[in-house]
Amino acid sequence: MDYVVEMLNIRKEFPGVVANDNVTLQLKKGEIHALLGENGAGKSTLMNVLFGLYAPEKGQIRVNGEEAKITDPNVANELGIGMVHQHFMLVEPFTVTQNIILGSEPTTFGKINLRKAEQEVQALSDRYGLKVDATARIRDISVGMQQRVEILKTLYRGAEVLIFDEPTAVLTPQEITELMQIMNALTDEGKSIILITHKLKEIMEISERCTVIRKGRGIDTVNVADTSVTELASLMVGRDVSFEVEKRPSEPEETVLKVRDLVVKDSRKVEMVKGMNLEVRAGEIVGVAGVDGNGQSELIEAITGLQKSESGNILVRDKEITNLSPRKVTESGIGHIPQDRHKYGLVLDYTIGENMVLQTYYKKPYSKYKILNKKEIYKKANALIEEYDVRTPSAYTKASALSGGNQQKAIIGREVDRSPDLLIAAQPTRGLDVGAIEFIHKRLIEERDKGKAVLLISFELDEILDVSDRIAVMFDGKNVAEVKPDETDENELGLLMAGSKKEKAGGK
Amino acid sequence: MNSNRLFNILVPLISVLIGLFAGALIMLGFGYNPITGYVALWNGAFGDLYYFGETIRQVTPYILTGLAVAFAFRTGLFNIGAEGQVIVGWLAAVWVGTTIEAPMYIHLPLAIIAAAAAGALWGFIPGLLKATRGVHEVIITIMLNYTALYSANAIVRNVLSDNEDKTPDVAATASLASEWFQNMTFFSRMHYGIFIALFAAVIMWFLIERTTIGYELKSVGFNQHASKYAGMSVKRNIILSMVIAGAFAGMAGSMEGLGTFGYMSVQSGFNNLGFDGIAVALLGANTALGVVLAALLFGTLKVGALNMPTEAGVPTELVDIIIALIIFFVASSYIIRWVILRFKKEEK
Repeated sequence: MDYVVEMLNIRKEFPGVVANDNVTLQLKKGEIHALLGENGAGKSTLMNVLFGLYAPEKGQIRVNGEEAKITDPNVANELGIGMVHQHFMLVEPFTVTQNIILGSEPTTFGKINLRKAEQEVQALSDRYGLKVDATARIRDISVGMQQRVEILKTLYRGAEVLIFDEPTAVLTPQEITELMQIMNALTDEGKSIILITHKLKEIMEISERCTVIRKGRGIDTVNVADTSVTELASLMVGRDVSFEVEKRPSEPEETVLKVRDLVVKDSRKVEMVKGMNLEVRAGEIVGVAGVDGNGQSELIEAITGLQKSESGNILVRDKEITNLSPRKVTESGIGHIPQDRHKYGLVLDYTIGENMVLQTYYKKPYSKYKILNKKEIYKKANALIEEYDVRTPSAYTKASALSGGNQQKAIIGREVDRSPDLLIAAQPTRGLDVGAIEFIHKRLIEERDKGKAVLLISFELDEILDVSDRIAVMFDGKNVAEVKPDETDENELGLLMAGSKKEKAGGK
Repeated sequence: MNSNRLFNILVPLISVLIGLFAGALIMLGFGYNPITGYVALWNGAFGDLYYFGETIRQVTPYILTGLAVAFAFRTGLFNIGAEGQVIVGWLAAVWVGTTIEAPMYIHLPLAIIAAAAAGALWGFIPGLLKATRGVHEVIITIMLNYTALYSANAIVRNVLSDNEDKTPDVAATASLASEWFQNMTFFSRMHYGIFIALFAAVIMWFLIERTTIGYELKSVGFNQHASKYAGMSVKRNIILSMVIAGAFAGMAGSMEGLGTFGYMSVQSGFNNLGFDGIAVALLGANTALGVVLAALLFGTLKVGALNMPTEAGVPTELVDIIIALIIFFVASSYIIRWVILRFKKEEK
């Protein structure tokens, strides 16, 4: 069999943990090979070993049948291995071509030959159907286009093997379809692809084979044609996973949150929310669908008091909370699971216990006369750790030492425990694995069933469709359409999110 | 967690040892015997009770300026202004000590509080500018150091004295001087201030570790966004941190004004108590106990070093270099950390 890259029995240890143990991944020429695993399962470690960032303790790497010692990323590049990073590494004010040639600029007598480079880049783009304009500036093109620039970058450097790290996380459904076409075009031209992901549907759709790792160990490599989503999920998690989000129909009652004609500017004074209207009632989950950057973040920041609004009103149970301080907003009965858990949700240098009282530390019994009662704080923390299944060595462990899923569970525990009338969950499952997602969705629905109002903001259409009772589509700072999840589908939502009118989209 | 704590103790200790070793090499290089040199240092700090008293006298303000820098550090602020805060504190203490008449139980506390308040004001200004205008505290505090120095000189010359180079002595009712300590230590300048400094360290520990105030201050230092999200006022905490830090440094000034000297004289330049406080805070890992221990080391070096020229013939300049080397290795403790981690990895 012809393998372009073979990683055989790789073992990588860090002080105290075995990140990879006996993992084998064999990539055939011209195939799309998925690498599946939960967060923290060791996918990134394995790819960093291949990319020369880590040296493995045991095991062998073969490229085109010959043993290779990949000591640093330059060696990987020379061997034709390229990585399309999840977080783009692009210089915004530069053009596409300038970004692509950065570090290996073609020169004639010391002068960069930009014209020649542009032609080369354009030719590459056309060959693989990437439709990238080589002369456009990065800041003027969409996120999907920026990703293609990253792909071009690896191709320009002669990559034969491309590693895609969670490539669909930032894309709209239409962009995802296009990306898949591009990936197929690449393999048709003889390139081979390793696709790192935890989205099972994508694996089923596009890849030929799939290697599953769990807790650092290589579990199995399966032919995608012979397997199913359920089987992949249980291989990944190590137990059966239910995909059906079980919930009964909602019974919405009185209005809890009312947003009227809200206008919000972001920190650069650009108007991002432009007359938003939204209502969330007790006992229902309203999902806000939209492509990143259409004002969702600013909407949440305005509701939670983190950003002042220019005009319009925000009411909770008919009480005005517009432009109140975050503390007043919190005390008026709002719980907030922030979009960026490292930036807003947690003080990473604090222990889990200290983080559990981040919203309540100034209240009894956690403090009295401004003196902290550590016993009560850690009693509460231990109770929440238990109830929300936060896997941590102890409540005295720093929050930074926990995995993303467990950090998120801690935040959800803290916010839900205060029993707020309105729970705002912004991208609550971003970057989490199937097991944690299942847990979090269950909790959100439980809160709804208790008669709380839940506002869910997500870029994952699956999540919006599965969890919400009602969907509001946000485009260009406005609520452009409201639909019921059982009366719509990804296609219609995708088009609405891209700004087309509901009638044109062929909706109801 | 335990090994982590060990690590935090080990790193400064190793830094100090490497510093001493480097100092020994320098002495050797210039033809001095490092053993006699360090023996002279030891004798100069602890050789008899007089030296011991002088060492404690020097440790006292170091604890307070160390706390002033460490406290701000814990909130993510770099207080370079302890120097100026010491000067205004010194001035305020002497001012109250020389111009007011009151019984001791009012006069002495009042003079110390005045010093703390003056230092607090000198911390408030950069705190306010940082919080409301985003001006970097390092720039403001450096400028305020000079403002403090020259304003204090002008006041000493023109207000508190009649064109003299120093103020009159503070009244006995405002003095920290201790006859008992002096008799015990062959008339060193050791004074009661050491108790105030140690008490201040306890206050700092309590504030930072046990109160909601410390919880907020640390939180703002670690992550302003999450603190804002949790409903804390980032601005208020920045100002508060600088005010408390300034108060500690101001009190350090009163130790000099009411204890060591009993007056204030016109100063040609900075006395470095504040700048040394930065090193003390760094070496003490910005904790209260660490600052006390680091202040002890710095006081020892400073006072003991005075004996090195006379007993071992090592010139004072060389002594300064040795102290600087120790500070250098403390500041570069990052490198030592890295090396230790490297060794740990190799073992496995």
